[in-house]
Amino acid sequence: MPNTSPSSPDARYSLAALLEPASLAKLGAIGAIVLALIVLFLWTGGWLTSGRLTQTRLIDTFEDVNGPHPGFRRNHAKGVCLAGTFESNGDGTQFSTASAFKPGRVPVSGRFALAGGMPMRPDKPTAVRSMALSFALADGETWRTAMNDIPVFPVRDPQAFYGQLLSSRRDPRTGKPDPIAKKAFLAAHPETARAMATIRAHPFSSGFANATYNALNAFLLVDAAGRTTPVRWSMRPVDAFAPEPSNPPADKNYLFDELIARIAKAPAQWHLILTIGQPGDPTNDATLPWPTDRQQVNAGTLSVDRIVAEAESNCRDISFDPLTLPAGIEPSDDPLLSARSAAYSVSFSRRAGEPKTPSAVQVPQGR
Amino acid sequence: MIPHFPVLSRVLHWLMAVLILAMLFVGVAMVSSLSDYHRLVAIHKPIGILILVLAAIRLVNRLVNPPPPLPTGMPVSLRVVAAASHWLLYGLMFAQPIVGWAMLSAAGYPVALIGTFHLPPILPHDAALYALMRPLHTVLAFALFATFLLHLAAALTHAFVFRDDVFRSMTH
Repeated sequence: MPNTSPSSPDARYSLAALLEPASLAKLGAIGAIVLALIVLFLWTGGWLTSGRLTQTRLIDTFEDVNGPHPGFRRNHAKGVCLAGTFESNGDGTQFSTASAFKPGRVPVSGRFALAGGMPMRPDKPTAVRSMALSFALADGETWRTAMNDIPVFPVRDPQAFYGQLLSSRRDPRTGKPDPIAKKAFLAAHPETARAMATIRAHPFSSGFANATYNALNAFLLVDAAGRTTPVRWSMRPVDAFAPEPSNPPADKNYLFDELIARIAKAPAQWHLILTIGQPGDPTNDATLPWPTDRQQVNAGTLSVDRIVAEAESNCRDISFDPLTLPAGIEPSDDPLLSARSAAYSVSFSRRAGEPKTPSAVQVPQGR
Repeated sequence: MIPHFPVLSRVLHWLMAVLILAMLFVGVAMVSSLSDYHRLVAIHKPIGILILVLAAIRLVNRLVNPPPPLPTGMPVSLRVVAAASHWLLYGLMFAQPIVGWAMLSAAGYPVALIGTFHLPPILPHDAALYALMRPLHTVLAFALFATFLLHLAAALTHAFVFRDDVFRSMTH
């Protein structure tokens, strides 16, 4: 036995023992195991496969297409915060255990915005509008949803979304998107051409308060017995529909300013409409509308009673991740849902650390 | 021969080894995957909190059941490296899930675990704090992976090169 006194170390731990050929071979094998784990780790993280479409690449492309706008969302960049209440009538409980559907009131915060990555762009009648909501439910649960005032989504998966984004990139020579690239994209994506026709056939409303906002992606409602029901939800306005004006006001924030004036008078209301899917209704393709005869359940009423400008810790600093769902609502197999969740997270992480400039939409004092 | 770790210590050790390595891979896969992002996030949060709970149990267990002594012939330099890397691992096992929890809190995300079960926020909703916590979570992940690899390499070196009882004390 070698000497085992701590004052005179065992020879097996000496450098000379480690440098013996048998030891070096074993150390080499151990090094190879460590290296293999490092390579596997890097591969899993996508560092070794540069061609993959990741959330980082998607958000980089938004920045590339729209230019840098530090502190703002990479999409739906121009917006204003809302606050209100959702009063559930209990009718949603037949399909879902989510506490949002139990009779009662919950506070809601959220955001009205325009689609696109330009935070200072002028409002126009055909700008796609969005309503994002965060329901503060009982027991710390949260339900977030980000909806648009179009009937279907133009693309059905993240790759197509990326392709459409690239095809809308401005040509540096003309300052406009390349029409050939747009045509090529639509030729390769007939579902987008069909969805665009559906969107064009559907008139835009005159403002934010009389628009219907659709979640577009399908979700699954889960009841107490564990049964799942596919659903698409919408916020349908109580304010009467009026079509987009042919001569919009010159004010570059006219849509937002009208909204602020409208809600200063009285709360604006929307009904939460659950459209119940039937077997065979597509849940993984947001470009396809569901048949118009599907059962619709009015689950309650959203009242928006306050509009405030984006600021620290309000809707500006929230990610309206559509997969922030309460128990009782689950994601469907729609591939856009996971991709939206991932991309919103990257957009949020970037803007959180950036210097802030005031939003284009400010709310006059006293309102 | 040095004595073995008690059964509870060995069970906790190997359970956490699997969970931590899996979590590191889930973490890097999650932030680079569009299609599986939500599934990976859904397991990342509860397993992260499970690791935090197990780390606390393990620390208490370590105080109750102290680890067996290192072989008497091990030089002081190796003892110092062993002790430092073990405490670094303990520190990271606590810090990483706590920073993850803090990061979600500062972002205003609910810390949803399973069903309706939620943890309370441990930081106020503050984007600037989130902007500090989010990269810290990444840095700690790399530090934990590096320390894990060092620990693995050292364990294998004890098993096959030094051929002492250190590796056996955790496996038998």
